[in-house]
Amino acid sequence: MLELRKDLFADERDDNLNVIGKGVQRQDMPGHVTARTRFFDDHAFDGMLHLKVVRSPHHHARIRSIDTSAAERAPGVKRVLRGADVPVNKNTLLSLINFGKDDEPSLAVSKVSYKGEPVIAILADSEAQALAARKLVRIDYDPLPAVFDVEETLKPGAPVVNETYPGNYFEYHERFDHQKLRFGDVERGFASADIVMEHRYQMSPIEHAPTETNGSIAAPEQNGRYVVHSCAQGLFFALGTTAKIVDVESNQLHFIGGTVGGGFGGKVDSLTEPLAVLGAMLTGRPVRFVLDREEEMLYGSPRGAERIYIKDGLMRDGRIVARHIRSYFDAGAYTRLSSYAAIKCTAHVPGPYWIPNVASDIYVSYTNRCPSTAMRGFGVTAVDFALEVQMDRLAEAASMDPMEFRILNAYRDGDMKPHRRAAKNTALVECVQVAAEKANWPLSEQAKRASSLIGGGAGERAQIPATQLDARGQIGRPDTRSGPVTQVLPAGTSRIAPSKQPVMEGARDGRATPTQVPRYEPQRPTAPPPPAYQPAPPPYQPASSYSPAPGHQPASPPPASPPPAAPAQTQHGAVRFSSVFGTRRR
Amino acid sequence: MARHEGRGMASVNYPIGMNLGGDPSQALIHSNPDGKFTVALSAIDLGQGMKQVSRQIAAETLGVPIEDVYVDTADSDTGPHDMGSFASRGTHRMGNAIIVAAREARGVLLEAAAEELEVNAADLVTDGRGNIHVRGAPSRSITVKATAQAAQFKQGKTIAGRGIFLIPLSAVDAETGEMNPNTAFAHACLVADVAVDDETGEVEVLRMTSAYELGRVINPRMVEQQLVGGAWMGISHALYETPEPYYPNPEHGPRDFNEYLMPGPGDIAPYHVTVLERPAPDGPFGGKGPGEMCANPVLPAIANAVYNAVGVRVDELPITPEKILRGIKANGGAKPGPRRGGPVNWR
Repeated sequence: MLELRKDLFADERDDNLNVIGKGVQRQDMPGHVTARTRFFDDHAFDGMLHLKVVRSPHHHARIRSIDTSAAERAPGVKRVLRGADVPVNKNTLLSLINFGKDDEPSLAVSKVSYKGEPVIAILADSEAQALAARKLVRIDYDPLPAVFDVEETLKPGAPVVNETYPGNYFEYHERFDHQKLRFGDVERGFASADIVMEHRYQMSPIEHAPTETNGSIAAPEQNGRYVVHSCAQGLFFALGTTAKIVDVESNQLHFIGGTVGGGFGGKVDSLTEPLAVLGAMLTGRPVRFVLDREEEMLYGSPRGAERIYIKDGLMRDGRIVARHIRSYFDAGAYTRLSSYAAIKCTAHVPGPYWIPNVASDIYVSYTNRCPSTAMRGFGVTAVDFALEVQMDRLAEAASMDPMEFRILNAYRDGDMKPHRRAAKNTALVECVQVAAEKANWPLSEQAKRASSLIGGGAGERAQIPATQLDARGQIGRPDTRSGPVTQVLPAGTSRIAPSKQPVMEGARDGRATPTQVPRYEPQRPTAPPPPAYQPAPPPYQPASSYSPAPGHQPASPPPASPPPAAPAQTQHGAVRFSSVFGTRRR
Repeated sequence: MARHEGRGMASVNYPIGMNLGGDPSQALIHSNPDGKFTVALSAIDLGQGMKQVSRQIAAETLGVPIEDVYVDTADSDTGPHDMGSFASRGTHRMGNAIIVAAREARGVLLEAAAEELEVNAADLVTDGRGNIHVRGAPSRSITVKATAQAAQFKQGKTIAGRGIFLIPLSAVDAETGEMNPNTAFAHACLVADVAVDDETGEVEVLRMTSAYELGRVINPRMVEQQLVGGAWMGISHALYETPEPYYPNPEHGPRDFNEYLMPGPGDIAPYHVTVLERPAPDGPFGGKGPGEMCANPVLPAIANAVYNAVGVRVDELPITPEKILRGIKANGGAKPGPRRGGPVNWR
């Protein structure tokens, strides 16, 4: 059951729209319910081969030798692929945005680092023949000690999981074994607190469990091109990854997808496309590579588990004065996207609350398990579980109602976040109030009167405090794991240039003058212009030619000329909305 | 032995789009000679409704009926680059790209109509039903179809637009963690009511009540589908699912849906969602994105409700009957917490 509360923030919206906000039926729904929608696996080709991989039975082992001669002679087998057949047999997904080192082979060569790691690929006329031939591959393994715990793996002497990262941690900034966040002085905060509490939380891995398992079909097109029917969640992401691994120009690949039977993050990794295309290139035949349900469950990369320690300093009146979070992401054997999730987690700390002293240390640990990957909210879901259970504990310790405790500590417009950007467009307080009302959970009058628009950014809440830095976790110096303070940054210090507001094309060059979103005159009485979102006077225009989404602007008149040039500098996050003043102001 | 009811809550926020930016989306829009528009993308519809969100944003910005807009995605030969459908970025990033493209196409459409009507394009408005007319003078009008025909066969104009939306990639400071993360945040608060059996340790989720703030709701039916489906995923994550039941011990992984524990239809709880709309300054029509966050508050709310019911904190997911019974035993019996409010106020 969904209820819209149009009364809240009404002065920040223009509701005079035609189809936005309407529950109109999807263009693809008739196809879905009549089974006419085509998914990747609904494409049949003459002479199509089926690809199956031979997977490691060991969590960690050196490969002594591989004998595929019997498999190559098996009925229906057209080709057997090894690591040496893969043109670029080492990749990391985020190399497309220059983040991290290539660390994962498509087919393992000298060692396997998790149970289920692909070693050999078999292409046969039928799926049954490929499965039968899989049993004929002889691989001689020399098992190695394995490590599965995110903290054990960081200790000296732990088996090296991933030779690219010999310390078993992702290397941040080529200097640290984790990503840091430092804001204020948490130690002083703990010292001044009435109550200090630390707890450990352990998230479980989970499986994406899409209805449609991962897979793709690749087939030769004309002129040395290959068409790929793909279940990818990012079409060009998969295309770029595949082009790199099989070493072709991107315009030699023609990816078709867009309709996917459930993803939840598990179809970002391009698990099948590179080998399917390579198989098609080497055999000249169409190739289908689809994971079966067992492969999807065991080796289709899960949501990674995270271990999180939260230490909080609390005053008896319910204010949180310091929070330190230490977290370990279980990446499994290879990086995939975990390195990115840890940064996202860092930006999310300390949750939607304003706390004057905050620090976090987020590690990405390698273990001998199937690499984990993106899944719905990763980087945030786990820490939200930990934070909100911790908040429940803190409320109890302060003898406060948990809702009132959230409202007291909630961040509001203008509050400085620990990553040093001011909060804007916040609405946590209102969500708590509405949920309480609907659940019939009593709130005090004071809590009911609170607002995201009131009290934020007042005094120290808007400031970047003096901040202590340290060299803890410097790579190559294990003794610095618990190092002392190295430096104190003065209050107000900012080191990263604020990002520009997005520049939307069409407003600045010689092409058509941007035209505002239409008003639908005949159907409606003329609505008075909404009090908020007046045309922004030039100094408040965020960047040279970006204008806010058209829904926020009165319809007429359209701008006669492009907006004025950029103001000297635009402080990201410093532009905020105020429904009190009805204008955007700095 | 008894069944104890308990109530817990959690409040969260969620960043929209790839956290550090650097994730562009492009859109191309063109009209055929009858004034019917095609939006070419490479965005992915995972079932969440990407095509429909794109279609509504394009129709709204163009000012034409939704039936006259068709979304064609995703073919790398015809659809321009998009980073992908993940990180709750589809509506926000792709929606903005579509607005840019549709504004440009609309500009040409109105110029072509102005030439036919011999008026200034700035004086023209659309009625959203396939007509263009002079503002305040509905009788001086031309259809979108006639305009497109004139543009194609008489004026030689392409009614088309291209759009891109990019938030530039931000650096992260190694020592302080300073960065320019995403530009929009959604918010939520969720209350879970559970019953815990102190003999079996079983948890039943009785009902959930939530408030979500998602910027502008582009399509309320699809928002509902996302939030409700995601909440069920949250129940499953909190109480049932794990491919490694003895984590970090990796053994005993499930091989199929018989071995992978998930809630069945009888475990699904009634759920009431209230949606607030505080438009994002940089979102398409203020839209944010409900894709990922919808499971997040469910996990801690259920954990807190279990504690309220029997006094057991389970800090390791999933919250299994075994963990609850061990907790009850360690505490010397169930220790229900204070009652919080009365029956729900769903209308």
